[in-house]
Amino acid sequence: MKQMAFTYQSGLSSESVTLQNKIEMAEEIKDTSVISIKNLNVKTKDGDILKNINLQIPKNKIIVLLGPSGCGKTTLLKSLNRLTDLHKELKVSGQIIIDGQDIMKAGQNLSAMRQRMGLLSQRPFPLPASIYKNVAYGLKLKGIRSKKLIAHSVETNLKRVGLWNEVKDRLKSPATSLSIGQQQRLCLARGLAVKPTIILADEPTSALDPISTKIIENLFKDLKQHYTIILVTHVLRQALRLADHVVFMYYGEIIEQGHPDDILKNPKTAILKKYLVDGN
Amino acid sequence: MNRKRRLTDSLVNIWMRGGLYIILAIPVFIGIGLYWKAAPLLNEHSLTDLIFSSKWFPMKGEFGFLPFIFSSVYVTLLAFILSAPLCLFAAIYLTQFSKRRLLNFMLPVIDILAGIPSVVYGVWGILVIVPLVSGSIAPFFGATSSGYSLLAGGIVLAVMCIPYMLNMLIEVFHTIPVGMKEASLSLGATHWEMVKHVIIRKGFPGIISAFGLGIAKAFGETIAVLMVVGNTLNITLSPFKAGYPLPALIANNYGEMMSIPDYDSALMFAALLLFVVILIINLFFRYFIHKTEKI
Ligand SMILES: Nc1ncnc2c1ncn2[C@@H]1O[C@H](COP(=O)(O)OP(=O)(O)OP(=O)(O)O)[C@@H](O)[C@H]1O
Ligand SMILES: [Mg+2]
Repeated sequence: MKQMAFTYQSGLSSESVTLQNKIEMAEEIKDTSVISIKNLNVKTKDGDILKNINLQIPKNKIIVLLGPSGCGKTTLLKSLNRLTDLHKELKVSGQIIIDGQDIMKAGQNLSAMRQRMGLLSQRPFPLPASIYKNVAYGLKLKGIRSKKLIAHSVETNLKRVGLWNEVKDRLKSPATSLSIGQQQRLCLARGLAVKPTIILADEPTSALDPISTKIIENLFKDLKQHYTIILVTHVLRQALRLADHVVFMYYGEIIEQGHPDDILKNPKTAILKKYLVDGN
Repeated sequence: MNRKRRLTDSLVNIWMRGGLYIILAIPVFIGIGLYWKAAPLLNEHSLTDLIFSSKWFPMKGEFGFLPFIFSSVYVTLLAFILSAPLCLFAAIYLTQFSKRRLLNFMLPVIDILAGIPSVVYGVWGILVIVPLVSGSIAPFFGATSSGYSLLAGGIVLAVMCIPYMLNMLIEVFHTIPVGMKEASLSLGATHWEMVKHVIIRKGFPGIISAFGLGIAKAFGETIAVLMVVGNTLNITLSPFKAGYPLPALIANNYGEMMSIPDYDSALMFAALLLFVVILIINLFFRYFIHKTEKI
């Protein structure tokens, strides 16, 4: 059942599966996957960035997006919470169904939809405010006014990312006074504070030292009991350490996907083989 | 070979340092020169008398600069009030809400507006703003005005400041990283909330500096204001009356009436006053930016 969920994919192997099979599989996947992407296309006037992406993302797992620079991993991630809206030059089409709702449909409550997903980017971007306010920010946007509730949430979430002891005496200092590794954990804490169910992480450890990286990786392993994590990484060893499922992309298409032990150790396509060899 | 390269290196070094020192020395020399020329006046009158007296009778040796200072401040503030909010919203709209195409169209337009000589703005002020003030705006408020007024000066100045401030503000908002905007949105902010919490907050020092430089420019602007402001001594709160700002005083009178003792010195004092005020405005805003940039 778990394996089947992962074989529903676009592109190369589609000839081997009949249409009937596809429909059946899609039905079965429904209850286990939180995100289902159908025929997602992202275009600019110069060309296609994502070409007909079809992907099922199962619940409470770590899904790793792998692929050479510029293949569209970040764009795919940003489509999931419609941050692509910020870039008016991008034309996005297709369906992205999250918890049964198509987020591409107009009239969506974008804020509430985005709060279901925490975003962690390549470099930490603390908001121009204090450490405390960074974590409290999403809560205030949610309409929570109780000072006690907010203070409690700030403390719990800073503890979760192992930052509380380091910052508890200077919660009022600007967030930019933290080190990059601390800032990244702060960004994770403020994302968790709004209680998302999905975490979108775009190379979250690429700017971090080995120790901070380890902290984030361990956090992810814990978090996946309650969260679905979509992680972009260039580090193959990190993919092996964390992934339940690996999706390999190339020039805006999904080329291959599967369990990390399968596809990273026995890649089927020449492209992935070459990527793995060059990457190591 | 090696010696030649080292020689070139040190020559270039000397040349660049020399250039830097000259640039740094210019304002110092201007300040010293103005003070030296204004000194005769300063020896005969106290500084407070000069600044706070409104008696301007050069023939009698009475030099009270208050009407000029008042007009300058009035016109500058008026221009600022008229242009600053407009620029702020236009810059936010162009960088955060509109299509990229509109911004790409507006940028060269703004550059062209900024490049128009101030005499042209002055002529436009005489042809359009002055009749507008005398014919429509003043009657609307139940006042009579020749049109040559503080208001006309303020409007013309505001129009001149718009491209200047808009340019700086657009630049400020462009330097704010997309990742920070994405962070705010992904935490559930609406587009407008994101603008409030990230763009305005993060851009605050830049906004203040654009405003400060706009004020400094408005305070020193001469020709366009001189053409529409009426050049009459007045201390009045009514924007429909004429005024006489400091730069206009200097431009109108320098080289004339030099037979009057201390007149030359008085004009130099006016220039010194302008110079010092603009220096203070600049230093104040730079200090402010330095203080707030650490957030
Ligand atoms: N707003 C945009 N306008 C035009 N082209 C864009 C835009 N955003 C991304 N692209 C293009 O889309 C392609 C994919 O970009 P994307 O950032 O998704 O790649 P990526 O896989 O995340 O790469 P990396 O590993 O380097 O982060 C690139 O060729 C990029 O130039
Ligand atoms: Mg990327």
